[in-house]
Amino acid sequence: MIALLIRDLALAIRAGGGFGLGLAFFLIVVVLVPFGVGPESAILSRIAPGILWVGALLACLLSLDRIFALDFEDGSLDLLATAPIPLEGVVAMKAAAHWVTTGLPLTLAAPGLGLLLSLDPAAYGWLVLSLALGTPALSMIGTFGAALTVGLKRGGLLLSLLVLPLYVPTLIFGAEAVVRGAAGQANATPLLMLAGITLATLALLPFAAAAAIRINLR
Amino acid sequence: MIPDLGKYAGAVLSSYAISLALLVALVVLSLWRAARVRRQLEEVEARRVSDD
Amino acid sequence: MSLWEYANPKKFMQTSQAVLPAIWGLTALSMVVGLVWGFFLTPEAENFGSTVKIIYLHVPAAMMAINAWVMMLVASLIWLVRRHHVSALAARAAAPVGLTMTVIALVTGAIWGEPMWGTYWAWDPRLTSFLILFLFYLGYIALWEAIENPDAAADLTSVLCIVGSVFALLSRYAVNFWNQGLHQGATLSMDKQENIANVFWFPLLVCMGAFILLFVALVLERTRTEIRARRIKALIARERMA
Repeated sequence: MIALLIRDLALAIRAGGGFGLGLAFFLIVVVLVPFGVGPESAILSRIAPGILWVGALLACLLSLDRIFALDFEDGSLDLLATAPIPLEGVVAMKAAAHWVTTGLPLTLAAPGLGLLLSLDPAAYGWLVLSLALGTPALSMIGTFGAALTVGLKRGGLLLSLLVLPLYVPTLIFGAEAVVRGAAGQANATPLLMLAGITLATLALLPFAAAAAIRINLR
Repeated sequence: MIPDLGKYAGAVLSSYAISLALLVALVVLSLWRAARVRRQLEEVEARRVSDD
Repeated sequence: MSLWEYANPKKFMQTSQAVLPAIWGLTALSMVVGLVWGFFLTPEAENFGSTVKIIYLHVPAAMMAINAWVMMLVASLIWLVRRHHVSALAARAAAPVGLTMTVIALVTGAIWGEPMWGTYWAWDPRLTSFLILFLFYLGYIALWEAIENPDAAADLTSVLCIVGSVFALLSRYAVNFWNQGLHQGATLSMDKQENIANVFWFPLLVCMGAFILLFVALVLERTRTEIRARRIKALIARERMA
């Protein structure tokens, strides 16, 4: 399983798209927002946590359809399904690889982009913490969505339609944790809920995603 | 005939109109598709019997 | 009698054919009685004026929007466990009905909210939850439409329905946490009937019954259509093989 993780990471790095594209997309979303809402830093710092979370979420979405698509096309997904490791583990490793190539860089880049949106100084720590807690859930939910649509020709758009409603709780608790943290309010509840969502998705969704892949490979 | 709805007449009447229109559309579409599929099935079944 | 490959669909077709006219008749009757009663024969409420009449559409539609999803969840579980094809097709047949109910609840709510709250839309927990439910219905229907193989489509949509139910419930609580709302609580729950005067409650009960009957009638009718469509597909495939 570790070998699989390393293989996926190597493929993502060599293909070049993994790290760069998601980050560039995140940057562009954040840069576009001030053009849309105006440059007043009061407004920007008010909406910065939400923008950063929505931007990270969309950037995550962008690379989801590639999680299984390449392996499905060249047949290695069939091999993985019949390999002596459980398919649930394969799915979890795929999600982990996706997180390392998108969630982690997004989390690390978020403070820099927060600067552009005049994010409240008190919020930086909470932003990084909430993204670090929440993006694994985004990757895992996205992997489930990708597993549902793996055999479809025009699955990309459908994937977004399926996955975005599932992202709602994560987004709410993530952004709420940053907003409350920035305002100096107690934000242990949203952070705990965020961690709970992440742990629950990591524990349960590999089974659902593996079931979906088995159906699609049948 | 229509009761005096006061100043909210527009709101009440439009919500009834929209809801009933949606419900009627749903029922009509369901029945229309039911009839069409039933006809198709009869055609296919008839073809099958004549083949045997 | 090799008309149907499975005993179950055949029996379903016979039974549903026998009961459907009665259900359609009852639906029409109760719908007319409930709505006429509610629209023409009820007084205005003290605070709401004549807008109280919208309740006879809004509440039953909202109730069926949620119950349709619950029915789809149960049907999906039955399909995954027992592999009854009728069950999977019934879930598929119910989705557009649930979607329509969600739209009715949202639209009537918005029209009611404008004079009462001064806004068509507020990011209130209940309203937001219904919007999210709407998105879930869209995704579910889109997934059914997208997959060619009928069994795979039934399996995958069932999995989506189960996972989606968990997330829909989670969203409900997340949204509650996110914004305390304008919407009044469940004034109509069974244990708190006193909250609403009987003049409004009785016609509302009739309307709720009418919407339930309408849902049953539509789902039966649409399931019959889906079964026939599946049969057509199978027969045409067999013709091509021959």
